[in-house]
Amino acid sequence: MAASDKDTPAPIVRFDTEPSRYRHWQLTTEGPLARLAMKVDDTAPFRPGYALKLNSYDLGVDIELADAVTRLRFEHPEVRCVVVTSALPSCFCAGANIYMLGSSSHDFKVNFCKFTNETRLALEEAGDRSGQRYVAALNGVASGGGYELALACHAIYLQDDGSSAVSFPETPLLAVLPGTGGLTRLVDKRKVRRDLADVFSTLAEGVRGKRAKDWGLVDDVFPKSRFDGEVNKRALALAEALPAKKGPGVKLPPVAVERRDEGGKSRAEYRHVSLVVDRAKRVAELTLRGPADEPATSAEAFRERGVDNWAFALFRELDAALLDLRFNCPEVGLIVARTAGEPERVRAHDRALLALAETDWLAHEVVLHMARVLKRFELSARSIFATLEPGSCFAGSLFEVALLADRSYMLDAEGGPRIGLSPANVGPLRMANGLTRLETRFLATPARVAALAGEADLLDAAGAAERGLVTFTPDDIDWEDDVRIAVEERASLSPDALTGMEANLRFAGPETMETKIFARLSAWQNWIFQRPNATGPRGALTMYGRPERPEFDWRRT
Amino acid sequence: MSAVINSDKIPNNVDLASDKKLGRALEAWQPRFLDWWREMGPEGFQEDLVYLRTAVSVDTDGWAHFDYTKMPDYRWGIFLTDRVDDRRIGFGDLMGEPVWQTVPGEHRNALRRLIVTQGDTEPASVEQQRRLGLVCPSAYDLRNLFQVNVEEGRHLWAMVYLLHAHFGKDGREEAEGLLERRSGNSDKPRILGAFNEPCNHWLSFYMFTYFTDRDGKYQLLALSESGFDPLARTTKFMLTEEAHHMFVGETGVGRILERSCELMRKNPSEDARAEGGIDLPTIQKYVNLWYSVSLDLFGGEISSNAASYFAAGLKGRAHEDRYPDHRALEQSLTLDVPGEGLALVKQDVALRNAMNEVLRGEYVEDSQRGLDRWNKILEKAGQSFRLRLPSTRFHRAGGIYAGHHFDPEGRPVTREEWERRSGEWLPTAADEAYVKSLMQTPIYEPGKMAHWIAPPAKGIKGMPIDFEYVKRQA
Ligand SMILES: [Fe+2]
Ligand SMILES: [Fe+2]
Repeated sequence: MAASDKDTPAPIVRFDTEPSRYRHWQLTTEGPLARLAMKVDDTAPFRPGYALKLNSYDLGVDIELADAVTRLRFEHPEVRCVVVTSALPSCFCAGANIYMLGSSSHDFKVNFCKFTNETRLALEEAGDRSGQRYVAALNGVASGGGYELALACHAIYLQDDGSSAVSFPETPLLAVLPGTGGLTRLVDKRKVRRDLADVFSTLAEGVRGKRAKDWGLVDDVFPKSRFDGEVNKRALALAEALPAKKGPGVKLPPVAVERRDEGGKSRAEYRHVSLVVDRAKRVAELTLRGPADEPATSAEAFRERGVDNWAFALFRELDAALLDLRFNCPEVGLIVARTAGEPERVRAHDRALLALAETDWLAHEVVLHMARVLKRFELSARSIFATLEPGSCFAGSLFEVALLADRSYMLDAEGGPRIGLSPANVGPLRMANGLTRLETRFLATPARVAALAGEADLLDAAGAAERGLVTFTPDDIDWEDDVRIAVEERASLSPDALTGMEANLRFAGPETMETKIFARLSAWQNWIFQRPNATGPRGALTMYGRPERPEFDWRRT
Repeated sequence: MSAVINSDKIPNNVDLASDKKLGRALEAWQPRFLDWWREMGPEGFQEDLVYLRTAVSVDTDGWAHFDYTKMPDYRWGIFLTDRVDDRRIGFGDLMGEPVWQTVPGEHRNALRRLIVTQGDTEPASVEQQRRLGLVCPSAYDLRNLFQVNVEEGRHLWAMVYLLHAHFGKDGREEAEGLLERRSGNSDKPRILGAFNEPCNHWLSFYMFTYFTDRDGKYQLLALSESGFDPLARTTKFMLTEEAHHMFVGETGVGRILERSCELMRKNPSEDARAEGGIDLPTIQKYVNLWYSVSLDLFGGEISSNAASYFAAGLKGRAHEDRYPDHRALEQSLTLDVPGEGLALVKQDVALRNAMNEVLRGEYVEDSQRGLDRWNKILEKAGQSFRLRLPSTRFHRAGGIYAGHHFDPEGRPVTREEWERRSGEWLPTAADEAYVKSLMQTPIYEPGKMAHWIAPPAKGIKGMPIDFEYVKRQA
């Protein structure tokens, strides 16, 4: 691809879609089963310049997948097993489109992979925690990202027809990695023997039939004539082993937003969320507003309110704002997070929601959604400061935002802000490392977490500082200067060094598959993507599809 | 290396006797091949004595030795043309380097894929043709069918030899796989589409040997340029056998045309069907069918695989030495690529990425030459009808035109028009039924011909047409 392609500005990325607008997926449901069939429209790439041949995907395809995975959870509680398959003959999915990768800027590639990863994890989580399991029915070749998608499913079935194969051609063909969790899931999730995984990951054409099963790459293989029947039988058995959910689903309308430019700043105004981007200063101000109403306390009332339940609405909006920031404002280096509202109201909503979530699937699903959005926030490659000012409501679930921030400033003044914890802080909203944010914060002193869990009162700045819950507590004389200088200083540091530093500090504690996947994506894949052997003028990714062959610098690093 | 084929258990000119391991591997494969032949080879003729050509040496006259043989006793073996001293890679990035006598690790997987894909077509065609003997139009044709079949069997041997000799355990597994897949079986189909198409009457057989075996010829020509010397030498020898297959196809269709013209003259309204023959428009439909499915075998018009095979010196162009430049880095090829709606837009494709299309282009020219000879037959018979090759865009299932619709002239048409008119262009179920209805009973009596086909101009190897080419034992 010509270098000039990289200089053309990427189109604005929007994430709102719904099944009737899908161009690349067909979603159908029948009783407890759903079928999500990939049929990528090769003439509809996300931006012009490449064709999406052989069910290869780009961000546009992935946005639809993410939408389908979310909708299945909220709109189709009756579905307990989702069969992911292909509606193209002899091809399941060829992975991320190579020409798209070759012609994308580095930051776009990274964001694309990150989003893809988040969707795969959401799909995995749906199986583990929402009683909605995904099964991959590979009725054709699944290579690269295609096999990675399958790896995120609960079970993988491969058609045994002499040509359908699973493969990771990235290393031998493109000199990059199957970096959206593929290598990690291979050995960590499926526990494929590492020597076999080594052979598999260097064999461009992949592995077919019985050998794929023997090596643990797939769960079973069936001949073409029996494939659909056998997969269906297994999907149905999986579905029937999971409990049915009570009550209908909730339709997800588009997230409403009003955008306007004002004096060099662009403002996105949602119902409960505002995002103001100052492009010159490279700072985004994010404000989350607490609830104005009383929480629903019965499953019926909760369902009645549906997407208008405060937490559900706010976190959907926050998700949209974060994705907007991630894809459309790459130069913004710092997010200053604020809240506005009544801390006690937030805590009341948390308590009501968590009580309902014990028995009601929809409330449970909303909690899982909140946890995912907070993780997406944490995975933003941006500095995050929380400023706790008068009139703010950093309590319970919203206090998680202060906890996930790299640091927090709380005004110490008469009538100043107060914070508070709720059950939301001590269990349901876990980080990728499997711990709560409080546990991660106090790794050295676990006893403090237990003590804080019993803390029922709201705390002022002194109380919060004493308990280690905020970083700085300037008084009103110092406040303005302290915050301004901190923001300016942060915005002046190297964005690369900050991203690396923050990622190292944010995710203390144990490793999980999730942390490994993101860490390795950030470290290895992003490093390789920058190296001449992949993306230099003679690198394999650059040369792919071109008449000449790549050239490597043979020095190991 | 010797031009003389020894008389070991497995006839060969690669001194198998001195490579014990390879000899044992092939000896283990041999009974499986024979089992496959008995199960999937020509049905009902295994005990008959067939007047067949067998290679006794790879010299110009040595490979054309004729005698009666039972097919299962055919001397399937391994024959390579002689090694050329100091042969060099003739194209691509490694041009001028010595050719490889062993597989380079870097290209192992690509070479294995090329060999397996070629190898898979050989038994596939035998399977496709296995019932044709039961409805043969003459003993002469029956013998030709069997000649083609045993040679396709030998081509399988040629590819299996390469797999066993150079690809270790993987190669042996792939060799097993070649005997396990079955043409037209949706659970274990042959690799390429045309080799899963039914070929269940003689008009299709002649078209297959004319068009589909000709794809084989061009693939073999391209592989015979390979920098992997054993592959080059193996495929060179296979080409000598392939020529006969195309002869069977060309003369077969020619004889049908001749007969159809005769029957048309007999009929007041020149209706060949009314006289129990095959009408010319139907023949054109079979040209359209087999030509288009054979075009697909060349692979995508724009192909990064083709570029890397060429760059690495694995697969060249047919008669590479006839091209002035063997690196093919500077030039490009302009293709008509489907654009918005029904439009076609010009696109320049780097020549290396268009190598499949280059090979296909040679094939198209070669196909036209035989078609011209068929049209001479029509002209001589006073018919104004002429056979034509459809556009290379017509009825394609692979490459850039797949998923779009074109008429035989290559004009884009809508799906509706395609559905409405494809019966004018391709054989319909009724055409199939009609052609098959002509071929209900076999003709084994020497010299006798089915009603719908003219006798050949001459017999095999100087024998008369009524020679007993197949001695039925049943
Ligand atoms: Fe052949
Ligand atoms: Fe042939």
